[in-house]
Amino acid sequence: MAGLIEQERYTCAIGALQTVVAIPRAVPILHSGPGCGTMIKGFFERSSGYAGGDTSPCTNFSEREVVFGGTDRLRSIIKNTYKVLDTDLQVVVTGCTAGIVGDDVASVTDEFLDEGKPIVHVETSGFKSSNYVSHSAVVNAIIEQYVSRFEHENPPRSEKNLVNLFASVPYQDQFWKGNLREFKRLLEGLGFRVNILFGPHSGGVKEWQTIPRANFNVLVSPWYGEPIVKNLKRRYGQPYFKFSYLPIGGNETTRFLEELLDYARKHHAELDWKRARTFITEEENAYYEELDNLATFLLEFRYGLPNHVHIFHDAGYVAGLTRFLLHETGIVPKEQFVVDNTPEKYKAQVEADIKAASDQREIPVYIDPDAGALQDILRGIRHSGKGLIIGSGWDKELAEEKDCDFLSIACPTPYRIVLTTNYIGYTGGLRVIEDIYNNALAQYQ
Amino acid sequence: MSKVNLEIPEVEIREIRLGSITGFQGTAGELVGACGGCSGRLKDKNRSFSQCLGCGTSNAACTLTLIQDAAIISHGPVGCSTCLHEFAFTYRVNAHLRQIEHPTQRKIFSTNLEEKDTIYGGGKKLEAAIREVYRRADPKAIFVITTCAAGIIGDDVETITNAAEAELGIPVVAVFCEGFRSKIWTSGFDAGYHGIARKIIKPPREKRNIINVINFWGSDVFREWFAEFGYEPNYITPFSTVDTLSYSSEAALTVQACSTLGSYLGAALEQVYGVPEIRNSPPYGIAQTDRWFRELGKILGKEQEAEAFLQRKKEEYMPKIEALRERLKGKTAYVTAGASHGQSLLALLSELGMKPQGAAIFHHDPVYDNESPDADTLAHTVADYGDVPNYNVCNKQEFELVNVLNRIHPDILLARHGGMTLWGAKLGIPSLLIGDEHFGMGYEGLVAYGERIADAIENDEFVKNLRKHAVNPYTKWWMEQDPYTFLGRNF
Repeated sequence: MAGLIEQERYTCAIGALQTVVAIPRAVPILHSGPGCGTMIKGFFERSSGYAGGDTSPCTNFSEREVVFGGTDRLRSIIKNTYKVLDTDLQVVVTGCTAGIVGDDVASVTDEFLDEGKPIVHVETSGFKSSNYVSHSAVVNAIIEQYVSRFEHENPPRSEKNLVNLFASVPYQDQFWKGNLREFKRLLEGLGFRVNILFGPHSGGVKEWQTIPRANFNVLVSPWYGEPIVKNLKRRYGQPYFKFSYLPIGGNETTRFLEELLDYARKHHAELDWKRARTFITEEENAYYEELDNLATFLLEFRYGLPNHVHIFHDAGYVAGLTRFLLHETGIVPKEQFVVDNTPEKYKAQVEADIKAASDQREIPVYIDPDAGALQDILRGIRHSGKGLIIGSGWDKELAEEKDCDFLSIACPTPYRIVLTTNYIGYTGGLRVIEDIYNNALAQYQ
Repeated sequence: MSKVNLEIPEVEIREIRLGSITGFQGTAGELVGACGGCSGRLKDKNRSFSQCLGCGTSNAACTLTLIQDAAIISHGPVGCSTCLHEFAFTYRVNAHLRQIEHPTQRKIFSTNLEEKDTIYGGGKKLEAAIREVYRRADPKAIFVITTCAAGIIGDDVETITNAAEAELGIPVVAVFCEGFRSKIWTSGFDAGYHGIARKIIKPPREKRNIINVINFWGSDVFREWFAEFGYEPNYITPFSTVDTLSYSSEAALTVQACSTLGSYLGAALEQVYGVPEIRNSPPYGIAQTDRWFRELGKILGKEQEAEAFLQRKKEEYMPKIEALRERLKGKTAYVTAGASHGQSLLALLSELGMKPQGAAIFHHDPVYDNESPDADTLAHTVADYGDVPNYNVCNKQEFELVNVLNRIHPDILLARHGGMTLWGAKLGIPSLLIGDEHFGMGYEGLVAYGERIADAIENDEFVKNLRKHAVNPYTKWWMEQDPYTFLGRNF
């Protein structure tokens, strides 16, 4: 049970309306209280997409709907959404108000379904779960209620080299656009065809329709998103390859790609294995050329660079970054803080994944969504040398208190704009390096 | 009967207390006429299509989060406070404007209500949360803001906070601001101020030479102004402390940056603690600036000083204002903003020789809590500068704004709410949002604001380019309809 939370690092279930916003030309329709959309917009910032933010239709529950139910209002809003907005997919998400009063949302969306509209509904009452969890609920609802309508044209597992990739919770992972684009580039480099499903480099709803055709699914996540691939396994018999943290930099990207190739071979993908191997080598060479150039700076720069790091983020980022920073920059991970409200059954694995970054040292791991309490723990800890704190906007003040460098990479943050930067892959590792050391150098005035 | 009642835990929402509305289409003059002596009998109109509004809980938080030494607990699911980090940012970046060198971390908590709490109640969780926040943050006061979920399941927040207050010995204040209660998110301001008025403000010990300024976090213009009269501003509530709030009752008078914002607290300070309030709406445009300073002088017994002050300001700024009028002559504008501030902007535009072509104002209060006609900003604007066509009361409904802007295509869009400038820019209209609510006040404000407007109009390369590449999710059908197609009818 999670109790009090200070400094929220994620939002509630209805925050997964951003999962809809991430699909090109899709619109979330909020059947919720009036402030829900604003809260979500304010949490993520610069996240309106095609028809999110102030554009999203909303029933704006009032006292009247709480007392008499809001289905009539919902019907009217949906009907007029079709007149006002030009969209390819409509996903009705519900807030606490609709959840508690018990509105029968399906009965309303069914009316539009009968007219052949591409409409989906999903319960996302805020008290139900977090956006990390309900991201899966939204994706699964779209699969059950929309993708299912195109199954006759898309036989299960009919394309040997097609995979569906699930790696980021859009917007919650600030680098989702760049990361998905880079995953796509890497997997295409190996010879796969890839459905990334979100962002401008996906094929929108048409791409979603082909989900059943994939030979298998790729999940890059410690726990969030797993219900999606499990659902697809049940539904289409697609097995899934799981890599439980973000592959950042040389070692882990190569490990990810090689393990993926092994998995593909076992599942009868028909790739040009030699070409795939060459692709990895070329990418690695380009990566290590940079690391080689940089090593002198890392080893010789005399004016103070960070020598240890604390990260406040979700499990996938903490595990991916600790490995990368230790082995590929020499920054030693000290206490690490996982703030994604990791479910009980995954905690041991998450902790093990982070600790496994090193067999030479013990990395203390704290898992708790109450990030304010975790900050207090860190306030009481001192290490020698310059520290680096990587986290959300909340952590900037802490970094200042502790005289640490600070890098903003997590929600919520007013201190950084992320557009299409990627942190995964070889190029992502290089970008992390640029960000950390440019930050350090920018302090010399 | 007074609109202020500190004996009850929950202040009435604006729709009921002031008769405020969120739907109107006509001219500004027609709206003023419809309100004349109606004392809240305006007829509201609903929309059969609507987009996301704001809600009271974040506006209540807006009045509480920036109090230096208080802590905030949102009693609800984790999502109901996830935008409050924005106030933490504001506090940090604007602290220097109020002479705070080391802004401290904001203390913002959520009781994190979950499904089982909606069945068994969240009271126990709230009790535990208050104790933990007291231990962890050592605040001088704790504010508990409520949410839809907490409101519907019926947690007894008032009893719990009163018990905690007795136990801990600091004010623990229940602030009732469930989103579904009101379509007017400024009801959240009233909720926050009601909490402060009933639990924080104490009776005066003595009168002091301070003037309460109910505002957000704008620049410190009042310090220089009040110094001329021998007074200092006491800013409420951002950057105040629980202590300075407690003794706001000792001020000589209260002024407001925006009558919509401070309506309730200004009236409460006057009616309960005898602090007179400047009735006149804030000093935007020459006519209103003169009225405002004269009322200030009258209350302070310094009428001659006020006249001398105005004379000096005129001499200094009128030549610059004349030059700006020449530069901006005949330019058209459209305004979208909260009620009183938006109405003040219309005055400011007219004062600069521009022609307001319309406005989308988030709601309309036919009367404020002080029930004085002098506080009616829109009435002043219409009387001083003439009628404004296309005056739409519209609670941040982007689809109407897009449609209207596309028709009117003004030379500039002035907005004062995040997200609203985007559509001006997408349509190639220079768009300006000035976050500092004090920026346009007084004679110097007219010049400063006018220069920003002229700059925005004259530097339009960016919006022209954006227009060429703008993505538009609105249907062709919609762009051809009357903008108020969905207002007041079941279309």
